[in-house]
Amino acid sequence: MTAMPKPAPTTLKASPDNPHSFTMNFGPQHPAAHGVLRLVLELDGEIVERADPHIGLLHRGTEKLIEYKTYTQALPYFDRLDYVSPMSQEHAFALSVEKLMGISVPPRGQAIRVLFAEVSRCLNHLLAVTAMALDVGAITPLLWGFEEREILLEFYERASGARFHANYFRPGGVVQDLPDGLAEDMMAWSRNFHKTVDRLDKLLTNNRIFRQRTVDIGRCTAAEAEDWGFTGPVLRASGVAWDLRKSQPYDGYEQYDFDIPVGSNGDCFDRYLVRMAEMRESNKIIQQVLASLPDGPVRVSDRKVTPPARSEMKTSMEALIHHFKLYTEGFHVPAGETYTAVEAPKGEFAVYLISDGSNRPYRCKIRAPSYAFMQGIEFLSRGHMLADLVAILGSLDIVFGEVDR
Amino acid sequence: MTSLVRSTRSLLLLELLNGMRLTLVEMFKKPSTVNYPYEKSPLSPRFRGEHALRRYANGEERCIACKLCEAICPALAITIEAEPRSDGSRRTTRYDIDMTKCIYCGLCQEACPVDAIVEGPNYEFATETHEELLYDKQKLLDNGDRWEAAIAANLAADAPYR
Repeated sequence: MTAMPKPAPTTLKASPDNPHSFTMNFGPQHPAAHGVLRLVLELDGEIVERADPHIGLLHRGTEKLIEYKTYTQALPYFDRLDYVSPMSQEHAFALSVEKLMGISVPPRGQAIRVLFAEVSRCLNHLLAVTAMALDVGAITPLLWGFEEREILLEFYERASGARFHANYFRPGGVVQDLPDGLAEDMMAWSRNFHKTVDRLDKLLTNNRIFRQRTVDIGRCTAAEAEDWGFTGPVLRASGVAWDLRKSQPYDGYEQYDFDIPVGSNGDCFDRYLVRMAEMRESNKIIQQVLASLPDGPVRVSDRKVTPPARSEMKTSMEALIHHFKLYTEGFHVPAGETYTAVEAPKGEFAVYLISDGSNRPYRCKIRAPSYAFMQGIEFLSRGHMLADLVAILGSLDIVFGEVDR
Repeated sequence: MTSLVRSTRSLLLLELLNGMRLTLVEMFKKPSTVNYPYEKSPLSPRFRGEHALRRYANGEERCIACKLCEAICPALAITIEAEPRSDGSRRTTRYDIDMTKCIYCGLCQEACPVDAIVEGPNYEFATETHEELLYDKQKLLDNGDRWEAAIAANLAADAPYR
């Protein structure tokens, strides 16, 4: 058999003069495009010369919408940003409102929020890792990952009533206490969770196909990652041990013992390894929270912020008045502004909130980690093959809900 | 030495065989899927599904048209009109929920002071047309009658936490 003729090496940019160059659309309906990503690719044969991301296909105007909602009403919209890890988004908004109001959440409320923030991290990384594996050709991990996610979503549902759009973290704490038996079931799950991660590990980490598709693909140095505003696992894979849970702990993260996994090469494979290690660290935090879950109220008792219990509302006139006021007018937040960030599974998710003293935010800017990754696609994929672009996309873990907002 | 070990492993396809062994073992385990719609996963009492308007045991509708749910609804999905009835009590003449606007956040049932509007355990209400999802008062009351037993049990189970 004769060898295939090699395409003539060319240094020409994509242009009509170059017979191998062409422009094509990647997405928005391509299954590897993770939702509604549209990339306009300029290719030289199969080599990516330019990748131009187009955004806005999932734009819902969340930031503007929130300006017309009370603080209570604005909260459910945060679930719908990064819909793979809903409660982490709520966490950022709840913390920013609490910061402006100067209230502190009771210890049990904080512990429950940390618990579900870490459950969200496992949810997100299970999807990110296994979807990336699917993108490079492995189907089985995705099925196993979804089996595990189903268990976690059941925990979500038992606590909040919804599998995804939880509306569970509220300014001042969480809306309801954990139901009886949930903490025990979560403990039982978390004792066995390492087995799932081990199975994924066995299937992927040393697999030659997975390695060939990911090692040295989409490399990003620490300096580049910082320049482009990368955060989260993508930054840590480049070797920067930056984690807001350690550097500016919120909701009592300083009490828990966990490590920040870092990579060294900043390639797709390292991002995968960092996420796998983070799942194990999250599991450590979950076990510590469950072992030391304090008793007491789950939200502040200030009736100007959180509504009274239903039993109280039905018997006390004053409680009923508070109930009516909170569900119509909502609470007022003192004038001021804050930039409050949490370490969401994808990176630094932050809310820049300006209040003019009324019951609605004056401005609510959302800083989404995926947005920064979108800008990086261009330099990460330049010079790689088209098929590697898919691996890079999978390893960046972009979700369009938060890119387009 | 390490490179020799590595080459041997690579030559024998050890990591691929290991992965295949793992998936083979998985094949003989009990499947984790359920045979929907004949089998269903359990739901928690807090589950927020299709809306229903409830009645008291004597058949009187609970809703007193306080419009708290209309006020709190972030998606503006609820429309209420009300006037005094012939016996002088205040009741709704119109209670519409646009189920295609609703974001199932549960704030309406949290706000309701008389437990009239609730999000019940039903999640199988897909329709073929948009119009069928524009619920009016009659549809919501019918839902309430159909699901009352399940809703009451769920509310009782969740009462200590609310």
